[in-house]
Amino acid sequence: MNNRSLISINDYSKEEILQVLKTAEEFEANPRQKILKNHVIASLFFEPSTRTRLSFESAINQLGGRIIGFTDASSSSVKKGESLRDTIETVSLYSDLIVMRHPLEGSARFASEINDTPVINAGDGANQHPTQCLLDLYSIKQTQNRLDNLDIALVGDLKYGRTVHSLVIAMSMFKNIRFHLVSPIELKLPRSIKDFIVANGHSYKQYTDISAVINNIDILYMTRIQQERFADQLEYERVKNSYVLENSMLDNSRDNLRILHPMPRVNEIDENVDSNKKAHYFQQAQNGVFVRQALLATILGLR
Amino acid sequence: MENKKTELKVSALENGTVIDHIPAGHVLQVMRILNLENFEDQIYFGANLDSKKYGKKGIIKVTNRFFKDVEINKISLVAPTATLIEIRDFDVTKKSGVNIPDTVEGFAKCINPKCITNHQQITTKFYVTDKVDLKMKCHYCEKITKKDDVEFL
Repeated sequence: MNNRSLISINDYSKEEILQVLKTAEEFEANPRQKILKNHVIASLFFEPSTRTRLSFESAINQLGGRIIGFTDASSSSVKKGESLRDTIETVSLYSDLIVMRHPLEGSARFASEINDTPVINAGDGANQHPTQCLLDLYSIKQTQNRLDNLDIALVGDLKYGRTVHSLVIAMSMFKNIRFHLVSPIELKLPRSIKDFIVANGHSYKQYTDISAVINNIDILYMTRIQQERFADQLEYERVKNSYVLENSMLDNSRDNLRILHPMPRVNEIDENVDSNKKAHYFQQAQNGVFVRQALLATILGLR
Repeated sequence: MENKKTELKVSALENGTVIDHIPAGHVLQVMRILNLENFEDQIYFGANLDSKKYGKKGIIKVTNRFFKDVEINKISLVAPTATLIEIRDFDVTKKSGVNIPDTVEGFAKCINPKCITNHQQITTKFYVTDKVDLKMKCHYCEKITKKDDVEFL
């Protein structure tokens, strides 16, 4: 996998994914290895991000690498009308690897094909966000010790949620996954992805309420429901509380249940859940550093 | 004898190309894709003609014009059943069908308004995922463009 860009989770085989997760375990045990001390990494954020950018920068810093870049396009020559091709051509001359977030879909694939400098896609619009997907997989494996034979509930906006789609597709590489899909009727998982689940030998059930499923699952993957997704605002008001997790709802859940969330959360997980040992979303955010360290090391041929 | 008057009479081509078996309703689109609207020599075209094979069909006869495969690839997306007949000195010199290519590069537009190819100077590229009911996946944004949504650059 040396010198290979990561643009879409679909670019990696199951074996390559497992190898990255294994490497991430090494960085979790020892995140401060100065293996990037002779490297310059470009961090190009054409739109703002908190967690993704900071965890990349933390990953790079902890490995002793240097970072150049910008945190939003207004402070770069993009504002003067420079093409993405020219920006990437130039930045390639200054760096060994480019981490890039861009609002337009397909921008990362395009950037990765301009020259040989590897690109890690840190999100291209609503299309792909593969490092998020890998850290979700890492968090599931970390908490359940396996990626096969799991009951996974996905809650919230399953129609537009990019992380949900990628996670379902990636989990479908493993064996015997039972997906429990909890969403308002208007935000159900798209048909094409449900067909994908079945075509890969897994099963799914659909629900409109978390309580219907909460006692029978290993992973509860929460996502935010955005008000603007509803054509009918009354409908939003009616359903929004069905997708809020309270601590008391976890009383009869499985011991091994862990709660994940790609963050940021707004109100879909009550703060009273945070102290429950089943809450794992902050560790999940921390795992983003280890997974990104593993990717940087792998792509630069240092692992 | 009366029946013969109902048939379309056009003079035979001396040199040129006949594009036959165009799906009814796509003749003008094929004209546009091949940029025949600006062609200056003679063109005959007919739409909704009777076809034994397809019920209704369209046909275009272009004088003194021959097409390269790459040009014909373009019409395969809207007229996969089309037949090409090349005529030189009143003789048929070549007869061929059109093939939907596995990849479509440079002439179709991605349906996704947020696709990078619709914002910067980038040659579009698609992978054809369904040749029967045309579906193409964008190499860049990974969105599917379907037959009815195909626009040409």
